[in-house]
Amino acid sequence: MCMTCGCGKGQTLIDGRVLARQRKPGEKMRYQARQKGATLSHSPHPNPDETSSHSTRLSKGNSQVAGNLPYAGEGHMGSQREFYGKDHLHSYETIDFGDGPAGTHAPGMSQSRMVKIERDILSKNNDYAAENRKYFSGHGIFALNLVSSPGSGKTTLLVNTISALNGKQPLAVIEGDQQTDNDAARIRAAGAPALQINTGKGCHLDAHMVGQAMQRLNLEDDSLLLIENVGNLVCPAGFDLGEAHKVVIFSVTEGEDKPLKYPDMFRASDMMLLSKIDLLPHLDFDADLAVANARRVNPDIQVIRMSATSGEGMMEWLEWIASGCHKAVADKYPVGELRGREPESNPLLQTG
Amino acid sequence: MHEMSIAESVLQIIEDSARTEGYTKVNAIWLEIGQLAGVEMESLRFCFDAVSRDSVAENARLEIIETAGQGWCLECARNVAVAARYEPCPNCGSFQIEVTGGEEMRVKELEVE
Repeated sequence: MCMTCGCGKGQTLIDGRVLARQRKPGEKMRYQARQKGATLSHSPHPNPDETSSHSTRLSKGNSQVAGNLPYAGEGHMGSQREFYGKDHLHSYETIDFGDGPAGTHAPGMSQSRMVKIERDILSKNNDYAAENRKYFSGHGIFALNLVSSPGSGKTTLLVNTISALNGKQPLAVIEGDQQTDNDAARIRAAGAPALQINTGKGCHLDAHMVGQAMQRLNLEDDSLLLIENVGNLVCPAGFDLGEAHKVVIFSVTEGEDKPLKYPDMFRASDMMLLSKIDLLPHLDFDADLAVANARRVNPDIQVIRMSATSGEGMMEWLEWIASGCHKAVADKYPVGELRGREPESNPLLQTG
Repeated sequence: MHEMSIAESVLQIIEDSARTEGYTKVNAIWLEIGQLAGVEMESLRFCFDAVSRDSVAENARLEIIETAGQGWCLECARNVAVAARYEPCPNCGSFQIEVTGGEEMRVKELEVE
């Protein structure tokens, strides 16, 4: 669910298939490509009763106060009766004041207690993202999350990047769009494995969707993963997918003040690609002002001015990717592990 | 930002905790929301009242601890208050500010019975 625009979930499709049920953070992930004909180990998620099932589980541990439960309204009585069976129906008549954690009750003393939670409101997504990130770092995968407003040229940039890297760098693409698999088809035509996530009502990709997509894509070790987020400059800023960097694409056909209008996204990104600069002669767009505005929001943001059409800035972009891939591979082995290996069997140790 | 889904998320965290801790009623909730988190407090209260109906947190008191926006100005080399992301340093007017606080959105603690 989106913290930003409140869009719903439940319509997400990966390659046209329903997203599996929410895996709890910490449960085992299956990254291998699914065998043909194999059954899903996850049951399909949409479960309209899920929200009411908590009442049954809750009352289990507090059977003596069943009559006091806030759930004991009409809608919940039925499920409790089923749960307790006939033998336990008497529990509705029992009012037990000693039902607190200590099991005792002093007259007039409240059973209330404090429970420390200390949880980030976005913690669920962050847990999934941490798992994705752990997988990436363990396998030397350099993952980028490409974000922008719709129509800034993300897919064109990807297609050109793929053809420039043509076979030199193993890579895969995850495409996020509200509907259609047009973009994934464009990427496949350019020669890279691509998987389409349709978010349905959703306005951004979240770490759980990406985790699912990764399991289907069967990512190669030491590869590049490009995640094209849904075209939206607001919501994807808040959702970590486990990527190394967010890359924001900002085309010169938009306004120079876009970084000020959507500061969260420019703040969350490490790299800004100022795209379509071949159009600058035809436009009244001040590129320096645009960069200055981005740095006003995020002083550390790196900027590459580029055009996928004329090829300007492409080399710089490819070099940045190459150095990121290099680093991801180098970071795969903890320092201690490297030392323990035979020098001749490890080229990384010889060079460094 | 849209507060309805934040309220739903808070309730989800509370219900998760109710399951593991085994309580049936929440009297008060302490949230820590940063000034730069982009959350409208009044709207959050309104939304929370709506989503908490018929839940363990029905009628719970919502205490919001607002944490101030803070940043480190690279020019002055000191901590400064940040009211909004695109605002300059109040001392030197530079935009070289690293935001260090005020982006939190946390459920801190609950009073339950």
